[in-house]
Amino acid sequence: MKKRMLSLMLVLAMAACLVLAGCGKDESGSKGGNDAQSGNDGGEKQLAVQIGPNPETIDPALNSAVDGGNMLLHNFECLLTVAEDGTIKEGQAEKWEQSEDGLTWTFHLRDGLKWSDGSDLTAEDFVYSWKRVCDPETAAPYAETVLGMVKGFAEAQAGDLDALGVSAPDAKTLVVELSSPCTFFESLAAFATLSPVQKATIEANGDSWATQPETYVSNGPFYVTEWIPSQEIVMSKNPYYWDADSIKLDSIKFVLMEDPNATFSAYNNGEILLAKDVPTEEIPSLEGNDEFYVDPIIGTYYISLNDSKEPFTNEKVRKALSLAIDREYVANTLMQGTYSPAYNFMGPGWMDTDGKEFIDNSNNGQPYISDDYEANLAEAKQLLADAGYPNGEGLPNLVYSTNEAGYHVPLAEYLQQAWAELGVNVQPEIVEWSSFTPQRREGNYDISRNGWVGDYSDPSNMLDLLYSTNGNNDGKFNDADYDAAMEESRTTIDPATRSAALHKAEDILMEKTACIPVAYYNDFWLQSPKLKGTWHSATGYWYLMYADIEE
Amino acid sequence: MLKYIVKRIVIAIVTIFVVATLTFFLMNAVPGGPFQAEKSISAQARANLDAKYGLDKPIFQRYLTYMKDALHGDFSESLKQRGRSVISIITTKFPVSARVGGMAVLLSLIIGIPLGCIAALNRGKALDNVIIVLATCGIAIPSFVICTLLLYFIGAKLQWLPTYGLSSWKHYIMPVISIAVYPTAYITRLMRSSMLDVLGQDYMRTARAKGLSQGVSLFKHALRNAIIPVVTYVGPMLAYTITGSMIVEKIFTIPGLGSEFVSSALNRDYTVIMGTTIFLATLMVLINVLVDIVYTIIDPRIKLK
Repeated sequence: MKKRMLSLMLVLAMAACLVLAGCGKDESGSKGGNDAQSGNDGGEKQLAVQIGPNPETIDPALNSAVDGGNMLLHNFECLLTVAEDGTIKEGQAEKWEQSEDGLTWTFHLRDGLKWSDGSDLTAEDFVYSWKRVCDPETAAPYAETVLGMVKGFAEAQAGDLDALGVSAPDAKTLVVELSSPCTFFESLAAFATLSPVQKATIEANGDSWATQPETYVSNGPFYVTEWIPSQEIVMSKNPYYWDADSIKLDSIKFVLMEDPNATFSAYNNGEILLAKDVPTEEIPSLEGNDEFYVDPIIGTYYISLNDSKEPFTNEKVRKALSLAIDREYVANTLMQGTYSPAYNFMGPGWMDTDGKEFIDNSNNGQPYISDDYEANLAEAKQLLADAGYPNGEGLPNLVYSTNEAGYHVPLAEYLQQAWAELGVNVQPEIVEWSSFTPQRREGNYDISRNGWVGDYSDPSNMLDLLYSTNGNNDGKFNDADYDAAMEESRTTIDPATRSAALHKAEDILMEKTACIPVAYYNDFWLQSPKLKGTWHSATGYWYLMYADIEE
Repeated sequence: MLKYIVKRIVIAIVTIFVVATLTFFLMNAVPGGPFQAEKSISAQARANLDAKYGLDKPIFQRYLTYMKDALHGDFSESLKQRGRSVISIITTKFPVSARVGGMAVLLSLIIGIPLGCIAALNRGKALDNVIIVLATCGIAIPSFVICTLLLYFIGAKLQWLPTYGLSSWKHYIMPVISIAVYPTAYITRLMRSSMLDVLGQDYMRTARAKGLSQGVSLFKHALRNAIIPVVTYVGPMLAYTITGSMIVEKIFTIPGLGSEFVSSALNRDYTVIMGTTIFLATLMVLINVLVDIVYTIIDPRIKLK
């Protein structure tokens, strides 16, 4: 009998041990504000927000996701930065110039730049950081995007880092030599991958330097003071930042929530002042609420047709499928107004070389696809007949592949219905996410959901997708005129010629229906009226560094 | 006894080895890989990544390398959360899950055992019926429903408790309750039926006939015997609970191991899949061995051979 009680006690003790074992560390971690409500408590002005899940990495060279990018933006400052209106302005560099042939860029750093640990930051740090991005040991996913046009890039990626055309003649000057002109190099100089990182901490800690606040040295308006993966990242004001006087917050807490209902509750509770993940079922009730924001980002939800496969080799079939979609219904009803109907491939927010929006100069300012759905549908039927498939007769059964997230499956069901109007028989197929992208990349599909959100606002960032050999050309679109137009946009440094080439490319893309644009992406979020001085960029980032909380 | 334990440990090691081997080849057989994303990376960057993490080698060679390293305690780095070692992920996240899960186990024992006894002693009466209905609901309602209801009413509407994280004792209340509901209901039912069984035994009648008071006969004789099935259930339940629940962790933003386990599989984070699988398998096997040993202590009729 004693033994039985003893064993029960043993089990209870085991459970108790487990409970106690974990304590201790957590307690020390939550210094400052336990129930840190946003605002003034105990003198510290802390802002709590939710703008995404746990970032996989916050190492500038390794990050390739928006979640990580939002963190980097607050911790690091590049040579240049993107201003609220989307223009490029001074960052760590106070002035910069390019040579006449556009091949040499010289950046002059500000006086007295420092890292968050108080040590000096020099041009040599940028040289180190940029070479690190090319280093095969680093294996940075964005290396080619941001440095592919720099002289010696290929050699550097193969291991000869000193071949990279980046040098520091003195502590305050950085010279970059390009192998081909890049008119949007300023955007790249403001791109988070090219943030300066501190050699000392990386050499001492290896890749893990960016996982611990103690070793995560940065140079931006804030620096990380705490990171509990999948719970929260806390950043404090960096006193060594050159513009620290303009920073009003003492700290920002990024709550790494993933459940939209939980986020919504936390927002309504006042635990966070900004919530990005709003439950879709709440959206209808939020319309007209001035705490609910919808703001465009540069990106398009589109459909890839497997252009190398029958019947999509026929342009008319592709165009018919495109015209049979009621984009107004899709964006505003099916997607609840969280997307905008896309009548072009390049939506709002992309910048033309004359400083205007690219879309305003596209197709003489007219949308490529008319918003008159009935007329479009009639044209689609005619096109299909012209292609030799009247009422869809003779077409094989087609499969529409998508992963399951957001509005992907409802859209698939809508498309099945919409294309049935043409007599085209389409079966939706739902593929698990990690299998979906490789399947699409290998061209192992008929019709597939696709999408792109721009990294920077130069239109080439998205138009390059349809270049015949581009790694993201999932539709295998292969058009000599298109490639020629893109080639021209890359080699010319004359703004007008370049603009014309880019517009020509989009003309061809839309004329030949290289893919089917459906809707433009927006970000939508809830933001308390107490939170002032923030902005949201067309690349999907929230700029909270200059924020203030007004009671 | 000692011989039996040694035998069990040898079997345990073989089991873990088989689990690890199966997992390794299965996860590599599934399409996709850790470096897939909506935006493809350049061929050179991809090659560099593969080379860095040894993914360019033939699968059998990778298997041998992995097993050799694992035997030396090197479980490599996460392929997605670059710079974080698999060991550090497990050692920071498991204690969180264990703490929340452990509390839930304690709570379910503290509530479930008395509730089951009360129901048994009031068999057929209104109180018994109420407890049975509640216990049935507790078993039938999935945890995400409980989480969402708690979050909505206690967190958002009444604003009594914070909705995310684990920074104070208040934060534990909702997640612990969400996890504890099912085992509490299960233990209540188990306790009730086993108590009823014991109450009908001859020795109970004897005890009463000897003139023992109601209290003494219940606590000294009935409870001690009736609790055996509960102890049997607590072992596997403990193993299951302390490894974390993805649903509860996601909803309450708890940095536990449960969601890490699931998301590593979805993300094809090979090293984390292997690390967490081996860890969980070891834990399960160990607890099973412990339960078997505890059996012999509880019930002298059982002999381990």
